[in-house]
Amino acid sequence: MIALSKIVAGRLLLGIVTLLITSMVIFGAMELLPGDFAQAVLGQSATEETVRAFRAELQLDQPVFVRYFDWLLNALQGDFGQSFSGRASSGYDRSRAVVDLVAPRMSNTILLAGLTAAISVPLALGLGFAAVLYRGTWFDRALNWTVLGAISFPEFLIAYALILLLASLFPVFPALANVSPDMAWDERLSRMALPAASLTIVIMAHMMRMTRAALNDLMARPYVETAKLKGLSRRRIVLVHVLPNAWAPIATVIAFNLAYLIVGVVVVEVVFAYPGIGQLMVDAVTSRDIPVVQTCALVFAGTYIVLNLLADVIAIMTNPRLLHPK
Amino acid sequence: MSTLVKTMALAFNHGRLTVICALLGVLVLTSVFAPWIAPYGEAQVFPEPFAPWSPEHWLGTDQIGRDILTRLLYGTRNSILIALLATVLAFVIGGIFGLIAAILGGVLDQLLARLTDVLMAIPSLIFALMLLSIFGSTIWNLIVVIAVLESTRVFRLARSVSYGVVVQDYVEVARLRGERLPWIMLREVAPNITAPMLSEFGLRFCFVFLTIAALSFLGVGVQPPTADLGSMVRENANLIQFARFDLRAGITPLVPAIVIALITVSVNALVDWFLLSDGDTPNG
Repeated sequence: MIALSKIVAGRLLLGIVTLLITSMVIFGAMELLPGDFAQAVLGQSATEETVRAFRAELQLDQPVFVRYFDWLLNALQGDFGQSFSGRASSGYDRSRAVVDLVAPRMSNTILLAGLTAAISVPLALGLGFAAVLYRGTWFDRALNWTVLGAISFPEFLIAYALILLLASLFPVFPALANVSPDMAWDERLSRMALPAASLTIVIMAHMMRMTRAALNDLMARPYVETAKLKGLSRRRIVLVHVLPNAWAPIATVIAFNLAYLIVGVVVVEVVFAYPGIGQLMVDAVTSRDIPVVQTCALVFAGTYIVLNLLADVIAIMTNPRLLHPK
Repeated sequence: MSTLVKTMALAFNHGRLTVICALLGVLVLTSVFAPWIAPYGEAQVFPEPFAPWSPEHWLGTDQIGRDILTRLLYGTRNSILIALLATVLAFVIGGIFGLIAAILGGVLDQLLARLTDVLMAIPSLIFALMLLSIFGSTIWNLIVVIAVLESTRVFRLARSVSYGVVVQDYVEVARLRGERLPWIMLREVAPNITAPMLSEFGLRFCFVFLTIAALSFLGVGVQPPTADLGSMVRENANLIQFARFDLRAGITPLVPAIVIALITVSVNALVDWFLLSDGDTPNG
């Protein structure tokens, strides 16, 4: 057991280092901004004092590592600075704290991603197992072709096809997912139906393909051959002999795809005008609101890294070989 | 019996290849000759916005009255060209660094590998969004940003497949002969890693193509008035709500998206075929 916890601790430490370096990259990217962006943000008519005050607020007179540690310490305490938008050249500051912009959007995105994961993970695993159980049959082949199509399509094609079918031609669900916190739950869910469905189709295709590949890889091992020669049924081989060894690859597959969900969520939120963090980030990129972009990037990258870390830890913990060290 | 099945499988594979090549050929030819095929100019505006399908405008006009078929032809051309440039650039950067890392080894190799690890820890769409917010969305920024981000993956592959080559005797001989690094890279190692790099090129192209389409769709990629498949979907998306009154209008925004899908599906299928025929296991 000691060996196991040591490996897990090592992996966690590596994850923390990766997070730190990622934060450095995201902060450092701001240093690539051209010359004097204070003037650009405030507009041409900004007075000398306003520009000077803005520069002082950004602490541009400080060396870069001082600013980085300030930024990091504040971020760890939940303060991500002030948004660039809402600043007037007159010096009247109507800008909002980045946290207030990001936090409500984030809960929306977590809800959408959670709903998608809750539908797609069991479905993809079930279909993946079925494809392996009935390998080579028409079912397996049909599934394979559908999946190959779904992963080559851009996310917005699937989303708009769903809108065309289920919102425009047969108005079952609303095409706009403009949810708000004071909405009733059933209303909210019905508005989230189409975005969740689009994400589910995209994620499920990837997840199923990888589950199937991981299981088929295990099915080619010698111990499966032995089990076959013993005369065991295919179902028993898959469920009793292969499954315990499959947890590690399956955990990796799930985490990888939930990480992929992060990317899909950006496009799908924009298609359905869903008020999530992905749409916020795209809007911030368009208006070049750097602090908001940074915070969103940090949230996305952090989630991505943590999910991958979780997959690695699960893979280590469920590896039967590591559980019984010799 | 089994020979019959094999022959049928081979014929099917050949048939599939013909279909793929025909499809890709049509797409590439239309994009190359877009300025000659297109009925109107890329940014030519007609008085009627959102015109329905008609003999004058086969796919109607968009929100400011530009012919959609023309935009589609130019858009396919621009999208393919931009993605191709970005992929080639990614392979040049990633390939050079990958080969250098594998040949020289040591501290430099480790340093480059860790650097790519960090860059790959951030999802590339998110990274691209961040960089574009800093540098601004021009076509050249888009190409360079995507190329640099994708080059990390090319670097990984080039480095790992070169590892098997740099330990070969003929590379050792070249080194002892006193050949310089560029010679070893280009004449000794590169020719021996073309097969995996070629299939990777197809897959990377698809990925780059989809990423650029997504960025343009989000409005931070290719900027108007340049036609592009991703931004065309966004510009015409409003037409979908009229599908019940005019189905053709409802389908119009999906057409550029379907072209994107056709391109990625056929390139993917071509890579699959290449991998199958290379691995000597038909119809696996």
